[in-house]
Amino acid sequence: MKIKGQTVTLDDLDLQIMQLLQKNARWTYTEIGNKLDVAHSTVYDRIQRMEERGIIKKYKAVIDLEKAGMQQIMALITIHTDPKESERIANRLAEFIEVLEVSSSFSEELVVNAKVVAQDQTKLHSFIAQSIAPLPGVLRIRTSIITKKYKEETSQPFL
Amino acid sequence: MTVSPSRVLRSVLREEAFYFFTSIGNYTGQSAASLDEFLQKIKEVNIKSLEFHLYREDFEKWIAQTLGDAKLAEDIKGLRNMKVVGNALRDRLYFLVSRRLKDLKGSLQTSK
Repeated sequence: MKIKGQTVTLDDLDLQIMQLLQKNARWTYTEIGNKLDVAHSTVYDRIQRMEERGIIKKYKAVIDLEKAGMQQIMALITIHTDPKESERIANRLAEFIEVLEVSSSFSEELVVNAKVVAQDQTKLHSFIAQSIAPLPGVLRIRTSIITKKYKEETSQPFL
Repeated sequence: MTVSPSRVLRSVLREEAFYFFTSIGNYTGQSAASLDEFLQKIKEVNIKSLEFHLYREDFEKWIAQTLGDAKLAEDIKGLRNMKVVGNALRDRLYFLVSRRLKDLKGSLQTSK
């Protein structure tokens, strides 16, 4: 990693370390060093710097809720908004614990997208009706309930 | 149980308004914050929305719990039990709500 002012440039080794950590964040510095043929102290140093710079944001467990016996449904919500209120709506949505992701996109018009979880359809509907529909600037909402996941990648590829 | 016409006829806060959906999570963009507005929306909203809410008992709950009109809620419950759908539902619901609105506005006038 090279740091010049506010600019950080990552080299191949940094990228390889990040890829390995995304696969398994519990690998030790030694295990990572062995895989990349570098000393564990080098790995330690690189990871420390990437953590300090906020490039590695956190380490977390990915839980299979179904195996854990917890029933949840997930839905993708598209909220058509008054363009003047989109930002405010997106920020408000981001505050709800039921909302996992919020983004905005533009096709024919500007929309706010959200991925939401709920215990069941009744609770999902109540959440949308009571917490999202009343937000000023919400024009209409389209909701798709996810019925089956074909791929769920938690790590980010470096393209 | 006595109903206060002015209470039933009032406009409620945005958070307490009725939001029309056509199915789970699909909001039409139409809402009503008073019984007057609710009547207007019955004419305009997608028929699917009226069917969705009637059979989920949403109309009865909103009218009884938010507006405080047990009588109209009971009338709507009767409509649900008749299993009316389509435009017949729209017409029947419009009739019940407009009749009740007329009564309530009449009572309000007499009490003045």
